[in-house]
Amino acid sequence: MKAMDERPVQVGSARSARFKKHHAEDLAGRSYTFICVALLIVIIISIIYFVASKGLATFFRDGVSLGDFLFGTTWDPEGNQGEPMYGVLPFIFGSFATSLLAALIASPLSICASLFMTEIVPGWGKKLLQPVIELLAGIPSVVYGFIGLTVVVPFMRNVFPGQGIGIAAGALVLSVMILPTITSVASDALSSLPRGLKESSFALGATRWQTISRVILPTVLPSILTGVVLGMARAFGEALAVQMVIGNAPHIPRSLFESASTLTSVITLDMGNTVMGSTHSNALWSMALALMFMTFIFVLIVRLLERRHRI
Amino acid sequence: MKAKLTDKIATFFIVVFSLLIVAVLVGLIAFILVRGLSHINWHFLTSVPQTIRAGGGIGPQLFNSLFLLVLTLIITIPLGLGAGIYMAEYAKPGKITGTIRLVVEVLSSFPSIVVGLFGLLLIVNTFGFGFSLFSGALVLTIFNLPLMVRITEQAFRSVPKEQKEAGLALGLSKWKIISSVLFPVALPSIVTGTVLAAGRVFGEAAALLFTAGMSTPRLDFTNWNPLSPTSPINPFRPAETLAVHIWKINSEGLAPDAAQIAAGASAVLVILVLLFNLFARWIGGVLYKAMTASKRMG
Repeated sequence: MKAMDERPVQVGSARSARFKKHHAEDLAGRSYTFICVALLIVIIISIIYFVASKGLATFFRDGVSLGDFLFGTTWDPEGNQGEPMYGVLPFIFGSFATSLLAALIASPLSICASLFMTEIVPGWGKKLLQPVIELLAGIPSVVYGFIGLTVVVPFMRNVFPGQGIGIAAGALVLSVMILPTITSVASDALSSLPRGLKESSFALGATRWQTISRVILPTVLPSILTGVVLGMARAFGEALAVQMVIGNAPHIPRSLFESASTLTSVITLDMGNTVMGSTHSNALWSMALALMFMTFIFVLIVRLLERRHRI
Repeated sequence: MKAKLTDKIATFFIVVFSLLIVAVLVGLIAFILVRGLSHINWHFLTSVPQTIRAGGGIGPQLFNSLFLLVLTLIITIPLGLGAGIYMAEYAKPGKITGTIRLVVEVLSSFPSIVVGLFGLLLIVNTFGFGFSLFSGALVLTIFNLPLMVRITEQAFRSVPKEQKEAGLALGLSKWKIISSVLFPVALPSIVTGTVLAAGRVFGEAAALLFTAGMSTPRLDFTNWNPLSPTSPINPFRPAETLAVHIWKINSEGLAPDAAQIAAGASAVLVILVLLFNLFARWIGGVLYKAMTASKRMG
């Protein structure tokens, strides 16, 4: 009888021990994953805080006015012509010009590629282009820069007036680099379209191009724009490949084939040659802050486009 | 009739532009290999670079790139897995999860040069790690982490729901289900994604200019004491990686054969990235067979 009495107690304690073990296990797992996520948040907050504190010092501590910084056209941080000047408009112009031009070149190509993969020859088209796109995405940016320097720049020099370096060369190199981004977003959107949409258009007697241009493209337009914005964001932040082919002259060029600079190329070249804490160095940090600000804008646009797409 | 003609013309242009992209890739790879392969030999891969004389190699840079990749993966994988698992299994839909998602998105679209500058300020200067492999690895972790999180989350989400429900029905704890039921199924795609991400890390240079540095001390490959400054495996020494080296010799190379070295180094870099791609596919397939009972679904 005694043994019979003890049994339920034993089972109960075993069960509660197992219960405790489960709880401990679960708690450990949950805390571990939570710490990892918390770390992500700590990282982003500290990036924003440190870049902003350095970048804003130019204006609050060194007394450079925001207007002169953003709209000044003379970049002369060493004061070679009298007063040091911190006008970064040429670089902002360079960044926007190269990335817009790159998006302009890459978008039609990417849309064609994604249509080729999903609409024209869905079978081997995808088998052919998918690896091509992945490989293009995998080639390191310095290699793109090297090819730009040894192929694109001499080509530009022979065909167009000027030295070959400049916004046109930068945009051409960038356009190949952002092709994969736009193509993969666009082809994902195209392949997730409901079949009925296309079939009903064909049933009405529309040709393939009529279906593509009047039914398919308008439907996936927000997604394609998302891809274009993501590509532009990548082009805007790309540093080394652009720096190698753009020429790095600190003024607004008069043509696409004249030496120019972008925000990233100036940071890349100058950061190593400045003393931490000097106004010159802080101005570079302000440019990094501007880059970061543009990242936020790009992410915001992507979010807005995605929201529109959902409705 | 007009509609049919337009259709034919449009199709023609779409095909032409698509084939143009293929031609660009083939041209790129062919150019890199033709230019670079002739310069690659055992001496080039193992000897030290020369500043002003010809005949320099890329030995230390190649080693630095591989070592830095290993260090980065050691830090990234546990963190990325944890955060990815949280997003896939623990996060409840709501404001906080939405914010975390935004954080991952923003972090993944930060320009790498900005992440590099942040590393320069905080890790190199404030924490005092100097220009070192360790600083470089931390910065590459920041750069790679959002991708890792996304890969892990997607891998866990694509596990069939029944597997999880079966685990719950057996009375397993949630963590036990994650680690013993879901993880093995998710592993093949996690490994594939990680190797692909590793290829990306391998070619990254902008974030490393100001963190891992642009120079390598004279290395003694017989010295395996990790604390000695000339030891190759000392994580606190400055290290110029292959990608940084390509950039440096293109912009300020003084050696007479700088162009050939850049070509050779680019070829090595591209070949390694291609190998990463192939390896990622192969290992994914192998793991899929090893970890699951089913045949790979075409």
